[in-house]
Amino acid sequence: MAGKKLGFYVFFIPVFLWLFLLIVVPHIELFLMSLRTEDWVGNTSWSLANYKNFFSEPIYWLTFVRTAIYSILVTCITAIIAFPVAFFITKVANPRFSGFLAVLLLMPFWVSELVRVYGWMILLRESGVINHFLLQLGLISKSVEMLYNDISMVMVLVYTSMLFMVVPLLSVLESLDDSLIEAAYDLGASSWTILTKIILPHSKPGLTSGAIVVFMLTLGNYLTPNLIGGKSSLWFTEQIYTQFIASFNWNQGAAFGFLLLALSSLIIWIGLKLTRQNLTKVVQ
Amino acid sequence: MIRTLPHSKSYSFLFKLYIVLFYIFLFAPLLITCVLAFNNSDFPSLPWKGFSLDWFLAKGPDRVGIFYDSNNLRSIWVSIKTALVVSFFSLVVGTMGAFLFEQENFRFKQALYMLTLAPLVIPGVILGISILLASNGLGVFLENHFGWDVSLLAPGFWLVVLGQFSFITTFVVLVVSARLKKFDRTLEEAALNLGANRWQVIWHITLRYLKPSLIGSGAVAFLMSFENFNTTLFLVGSEPTLPINLYLQVRDGSTPVINAISFLMIVFTSTLALINLYFSHKKE
Repeated sequence: MAGKKLGFYVFFIPVFLWLFLLIVVPHIELFLMSLRTEDWVGNTSWSLANYKNFFSEPIYWLTFVRTAIYSILVTCITAIIAFPVAFFITKVANPRFSGFLAVLLLMPFWVSELVRVYGWMILLRESGVINHFLLQLGLISKSVEMLYNDISMVMVLVYTSMLFMVVPLLSVLESLDDSLIEAAYDLGASSWTILTKIILPHSKPGLTSGAIVVFMLTLGNYLTPNLIGGKSSLWFTEQIYTQFIASFNWNQGAAFGFLLLALSSLIIWIGLKLTRQNLTKVVQ
Repeated sequence: MIRTLPHSKSYSFLFKLYIVLFYIFLFAPLLITCVLAFNNSDFPSLPWKGFSLDWFLAKGPDRVGIFYDSNNLRSIWVSIKTALVVSFFSLVVGTMGAFLFEQENFRFKQALYMLTLAPLVIPGVILGISILLASNGLGVFLENHFGWDVSLLAPGFWLVVLGQFSFITTFVVLVVSARLKKFDRTLEEAALNLGANRWQVIWHITLRYLKPSLIGSGAVAFLMSFENFNTTLFLVGSEPTLPINLYLQVRDGSTPVINAISFLMIVFTSTLALINLYFSHKKE
């Protein structure tokens, strides 16, 4: 049995080191750093000053609330757009094409997020492609700047996170037996009843896992708000970046980071509780 | 409602229209990025001024194509190096993780598994700053107590590798575990009965069986690392990876060279995605 014990440690030690040194320790360090402040001679001491700053400066907590609300909004819009697409591919389209449609759907998301955001910049900006066509068609007489506003930012955020909603929805709808819908139809149920009584309850696990991933990715997004959103549409990750790179105030940045982590964990936890799921199940 | 049930003409027409619009939304930014890489113009915008390969092949001094753009070529090389190292280590540790969770039993297994899933719900930016803080803390500690100046702990190549490794490994664990679950363990028992030791069994039988998922997750790990932005942002030193380098250029105005790079990336990732798809189909 000595060999068996050895085998266990060969697997256990690298995995444990990975999780302990790269996940547990850094996050404890993040929390500890956020509780320290440095005075102007460079002495550090324990204090809650970083968190006090967050609540006393409206720009900080307003950005925080804004980021949270917009992330929830993006998650909802993504779900509403993705659901019919997943439904079409699994239930309506000719089965010969549905595989092709699904593969086509995945293609854009293999490409770097930066390339996708850049594509939207080329389309939307003042000298961009959409403006060019609108001018050619005579629909507008002067170029309009479509970048640097909240609507474009939300649209691109929806675009970049679409995949993470569609894929789990495809797999839950795939597992829904068509005959359930047929039976309900034969018994006289309306489309609305079928949708709310059969299809949506069955899709709940897929919707939950899609929503969690989309929410987390949107909350932690830096590229899209930075490049598409304007000066007025600040994202909380940009505040973190400013503290770390521009102000070099790592303690303040750590406090912001910890708040963002707490918010993301809290909302994911509420989401799991509301839908009575657990993380292990949602991941699979 | 679904394909086996009768539905009105307008329902199916509107549904198809929606799907067509959705796919246009999905592909428009990528197609336009690719098309404008070949436009004979100094800006990535319309009107079309004729076909040109300048943004790939021009040697300067007015236009410098990507194949002569040493700054971007260097960052591509950095990204390839990073992605190779990251995918190698995450493949090794991730596979060990899959064996650990599928074939071993130990106390706190559930807790360790939850910790393995944690990187899925931690925003990449937070992971980046946590690892930056922890390695900086360790660096300062070593310097003050032992007088060692460990350059590996400063932002740079190895810190980027650690940051990306810390969450990509989770994906490898999930993909490899999914296949390992379906493995018929009587094959292992048969080999053990015939006198093989555990390592021979793993090498000759289990890993052979896992090969498709190892290739698949290796490819995905490579792509995830190659394209990562959020975690890398805080960990890069003086050698930016390609997404960071592109971001810096896009932020300060753009030339069609970025379109040319995007075109190459789209072609490269689509090819890799198709190869991956081919292997996963062969598996079934």
